[in-house]
Amino acid sequence: MKKQLLATLIGLSFAATTQAATPSVEEMWEIIQKQQAEISTLKNQLNKNDSRITETEIIAEATISAVEEIALAPAASNKTHIGGYGELHYNNLEKDDGSGDKDEVDFHRFVLFTSHQFSDSIRFFSELEVEHSIAGDGQVGEVELEQAYIEWDMANNKTAKAGLFLMPVGILNETHEPDTFYGTERNAVEKNIIPATWWEAGAALSGELSPGLSYDVAAHSGLFLDDGEYKPRDGRQKVGKAKADDMAFTGRLKYTAIPGLELAASLQMQTDMRQGEGEKIDGTLFETHIAWQRDDFQLRALYATWDFDDAINSIKAGADEQTGFYIEPSYKLTDKLGVFARFSEYDNTVGSATDSAIEQIDLGLNYWLHPNVVFKIDYQNQDNSSGTGSDGVNIGVGFSY
Amino acid sequence: MFNSLYRNLLNNLVSKVVFAGLLTTTLLASPQLSAKGVYQSGPDFFAEVFAQQQPEAGVLWLNSSIRQQAEKILGRKVLGLRVRYQHSAGKTAWILNEIGKEMPITIGVVIDQGKISSVKILAYRESRGGEVRYPAYMAQYQGATLTDKYKLDKSIDGITGATLSVWAVNKVAALALYYHSQAMPQPESTN
Repeated sequence: MKKQLLATLIGLSFAATTQAATPSVEEMWEIIQKQQAEISTLKNQLNKNDSRITETEIIAEATISAVEEIALAPAASNKTHIGGYGELHYNNLEKDDGSGDKDEVDFHRFVLFTSHQFSDSIRFFSELEVEHSIAGDGQVGEVELEQAYIEWDMANNKTAKAGLFLMPVGILNETHEPDTFYGTERNAVEKNIIPATWWEAGAALSGELSPGLSYDVAAHSGLFLDDGEYKPRDGRQKVGKAKADDMAFTGRLKYTAIPGLELAASLQMQTDMRQGEGEKIDGTLFETHIAWQRDDFQLRALYATWDFDDAINSIKAGADEQTGFYIEPSYKLTDKLGVFARFSEYDNTVGSATDSAIEQIDLGLNYWLHPNVVFKIDYQNQDNSSGTGSDGVNIGVGFSY
Repeated sequence: MFNSLYRNLLNNLVSKVVFAGLLTTTLLASPQLSAKGVYQSGPDFFAEVFAQQQPEAGVLWLNSSIRQQAEKILGRKVLGLRVRYQHSAGKTAWILNEIGKEMPITIGVVIDQGKISSVKILAYRESRGGEVRYPAYMAQYQGATLTDKYKLDKSIDGITGATLSVWAVNKVAALALYYHSQAMPQPESTN
């Protein structure tokens, strides 16, 4: 039995030795042929994979481009823009002579901007405002169209405007979003002398004379002083069926070549503030200002003066000259927190025998929760010779978008 | 009545003549400067930046972490999947768009070894604030780097009445510095 097993094992191992021996040439040829076929198949597959990868890359690129196009399309094709701003104020003021106080809360302004780009060079811009929250018969507020004009870039450095637009005068008149200035209420000088916010209907041309020196010239509707009125602010017709017997002209030169600095001067002329009613009164406004920002420090100073025909003195003595100025240094303690002080003085009857100037000191701070959202608090001290100046605290919140 | 009408007409006429004269003088006096429009095309910008070099085109893919940080810097959603740039020897050049008030401003930023070497306005379309393109404004960005809060380490003096345009340029400058740091992890690396 053992012998038999041994013989079988020897037989098997012999057979294995015979099989492991070098294959014949024919066998080799067969193997090579088989391998060659396999290489060809693999090569084909590789080529197919390569072209598939290229194809995938093309598809990926096309997909990415399409996705980007779709993702970026709304921003690029949106030709109509909506923006706005608003400010809510709380005033707690007391008169110097104790004759009265003001303790009220007021949504002073709510504004919607709408603009439309007709083409690269032609656009429309508008500002619609609700003042003091509610308007209508016997209500305290107003609904006002403050801007509505077509702007056309005639050439690279020339832009023409037609419609209802803001006068190129002062610092606040054209840029008055609450997050752009200090103090809850707008300064009294630009309000009572210039008078901001001031818009008229007409045509204007703007451009650059040299880098950093720009001009604005405008021909437009004028102010109208009705019987008994003498303050420019009362003369605003707001382009509502406005008397257009006499038009007015405004020009401004602005220098902004140095970073952080703006120097500007405006001149406005009107030949008859009475618009043909009664004795003619001509008026000329001269305004100049500086706005200078250096790191965290900012200084704003403005001077404005109206020179009217002496005939205005028969309406109000001394009203032939109406002048005001303010100086406002401010400092940003952090990115979000800024403090300011403002000294203003204005007088709507400079030529009168009595002292009629109004002086005001404001101290306060702005806190920007977001670059376009601001909280304000300030203390005001107003003095005039009749003792009717208002002192107290103003608090506000404002935003723009 | 007729007298006052006549006077008014005359006044208006005189004013009109004066105004027309002023207008003509202004029109004739002003040289052809471009306040608005395209100042330089993208290819021209790259050609100027890499005048003596052969730049390579790079693509920075906006993965979720890069996108999140970019959105923080810009304070808005970032659309698109990638940002293309040109680079050579550790210097990168980017062309980015950002809206000032209403219209996009096209801004070219060059970063060299992690610092801004130049910022240039390639196209400006807003009505106001065109001053940002002046060399005096642009020079303020030179040498600026990114703080650890992803803001510029230099304060930039702005333009009264055009704060939004200045903010837009500040944001894009900071974003380009951030993109550079992502595209060129090692300052010495050329890839």
